[in-house]
Amino acid sequence: MTDATVQTPSQGASGKVRNQSKHIRTWGDWLALVFLIIGALVMLFPLLILAMNAFKTIGDYNANGPLTLPDHPTMEGIASFWKSSNFPLKFVNSFVIALVVAILGVTLSVLNSFALGIGRVKGNRWIILLIMLANMMPQEALLYPLYTMFKQVGIYNSQLSIIVIFTVIQSAYGTYLLSAVYGTFPQAILEAATIDGASRWETLLKVVLPISWPTISVLFVFFFVWTWNEYMIPMAFLMDDNVQTIPLALSALQGQHTIDATQLASASLLSIIPTIIFFIVFQRKLNQGIVAGAVK
Amino acid sequence: MSQQVVTKKPALSRLPGSRPSKFLPYLIPGLVALLVIVIVPFGWNIYLSLTRWRGVGPVKFVGFANWQRLMADATFWKSFLNSFWIIVAIVVIPTALGLLISSVLTDVIQKKFGSGNASFIRALYYLPQLLPVAVASVIMGWIFRPDDGAVNDLLEKIGLGSLQHNWLGDADSALPILMVILIWIQLGYPIVIFMSGLQRVDPELYEAASLDGANWWQKFRVVTLPSIVPELLVVILTATIGALKTFGPVYLLTKGGPGTTTIVPSYYSYNQFFQLHQVGYGAAISTALTLVIIVFSVIFTIIQGRVEKNAA
Repeated sequence: MTDATVQTPSQGASGKVRNQSKHIRTWGDWLALVFLIIGALVMLFPLLILAMNAFKTIGDYNANGPLTLPDHPTMEGIASFWKSSNFPLKFVNSFVIALVVAILGVTLSVLNSFALGIGRVKGNRWIILLIMLANMMPQEALLYPLYTMFKQVGIYNSQLSIIVIFTVIQSAYGTYLLSAVYGTFPQAILEAATIDGASRWETLLKVVLPISWPTISVLFVFFFVWTWNEYMIPMAFLMDDNVQTIPLALSALQGQHTIDATQLASASLLSIIPTIIFFIVFQRKLNQGIVAGAVK
Repeated sequence: MSQQVVTKKPALSRLPGSRPSKFLPYLIPGLVALLVIVIVPFGWNIYLSLTRWRGVGPVKFVGFANWQRLMADATFWKSFLNSFWIIVAIVVIPTALGLLISSVLTDVIQKKFGSGNASFIRALYYLPQLLPVAVASVIMGWIFRPDDGAVNDLLEKIGLGSLQHNWLGDADSALPILMVILIWIQLGYPIVIFMSGLQRVDPELYEAASLDGANWWQKFRVVTLPSIVPELLVVILTATIGALKTFGPVYLLTKGGPGTTTIVPSYYSYNQFFQLHQVGYGAAISTALTLVIIVFSVIFTIIQGRVEKNAA
């Protein structure tokens, strides 16, 4: 079981030690830097090539290939995918699904973890293991029964179906992490709350929640990004164009044989722009989250 | 730490004066949701694996017929053999490279060139991890396009045109190229997790090792590696589960082909469910995969517990 702390650990040991040795750079240090930068460029290569070709005309691509800068940069490809896929609607669909899952998933994680980590409900370790099944299970093992159930209750082919499923799947990870955090929640603070006469519900809302807010906000960002990125279940459950998400819109394009290379590049670039924006906005949170997920 | 307290005083909650059973209401929403969305469907799926059903019409109970067929199905075994290669691409290679890159980033770049530069380089490696896997797959499929893709064009431009290939379409290259794509997607994950673990290592340990005349490799083995065993285990566990569940890249890039060269269990069962409408057989494949994942996770968690006990 992972024990995580409420506060994510501070980055780096002592800054002084680093500064002292900073100025003595051997040729080996430079060599290491060069190798890492070459590696990073290899990682970046597909995205750079993609960006170069997203603004190209197909004539230019056919004449000069994918490795040159565009002759006459054009926004045509981007604009055409924006229109043909109804990109704003796909964006709203992805956004609403991810946001609601993040809110509900965090809520369930907190309630579960309060009972398991602080309440220490009997058999809590087994219950956590059972909940983790949701995360371990390959999604296709749930697909057909859920498909049948959702058709019956009439939420198949709606965003609600995706929201319900991913709220449960994401909260499994959240419960796993947060119940470990609550297992090490400062005892003195809990005792103080009891002495002040707070009920369990008040203790949760006014004491536990505010203090564990850093971990909770990290979970929120994770749930949002993970749900945004989901593919298999949305593909199986969202049939109509007007309920689909961005990854579905892009992958639908790939199946068409008439699509040319530059159109696909433009569409791919447009599809990753929201991700790049999250990346920049949430970078600090993501780093903390990754730390919170792994520390002992 | 918390585990010891749990086993010593099982009857008490951490909130003085509240018995553990008083917390049960807080578990109800979560457990009801789990029951409806995971446990009932999984039980149902196991039942479906004992039936023959086309998705519509009557469900026919056939006992273990699907399971018997599964055991003799070469494609099924092939899909698990391919899972082995997927694990190499998602667990083995990124973990090994991740150890190397994260320790150089922490040891050299962060110390000699500042933590800003180290974070920036780390971010570049992490970027593919953040893309939706469907989008990452489409992009890499585009890079490896057979006629006019960037890789083939690059080969021609540098005079190696004879090496041009239908990378994802030819039986000899489809699996290796799929593996390359998975490595590209995965590499950032171990790097970021290992780097966060390495921040805990006391710099004095490195200095002491240096004073003893240890070279880089010796420091890596004696100081770096033992320090991040917990992170190493978390990465291996989560990445292996992820590798066994691989679906998106196979579905979008190769559809398991050519032939069955890149077929994986998830795609095989999806194919049975939604393309061939062999619901019972698809359910058997997905149940088998779930069992493999559960058995692996349990064994791994036991090993993890032992390793941590030895370390303590």
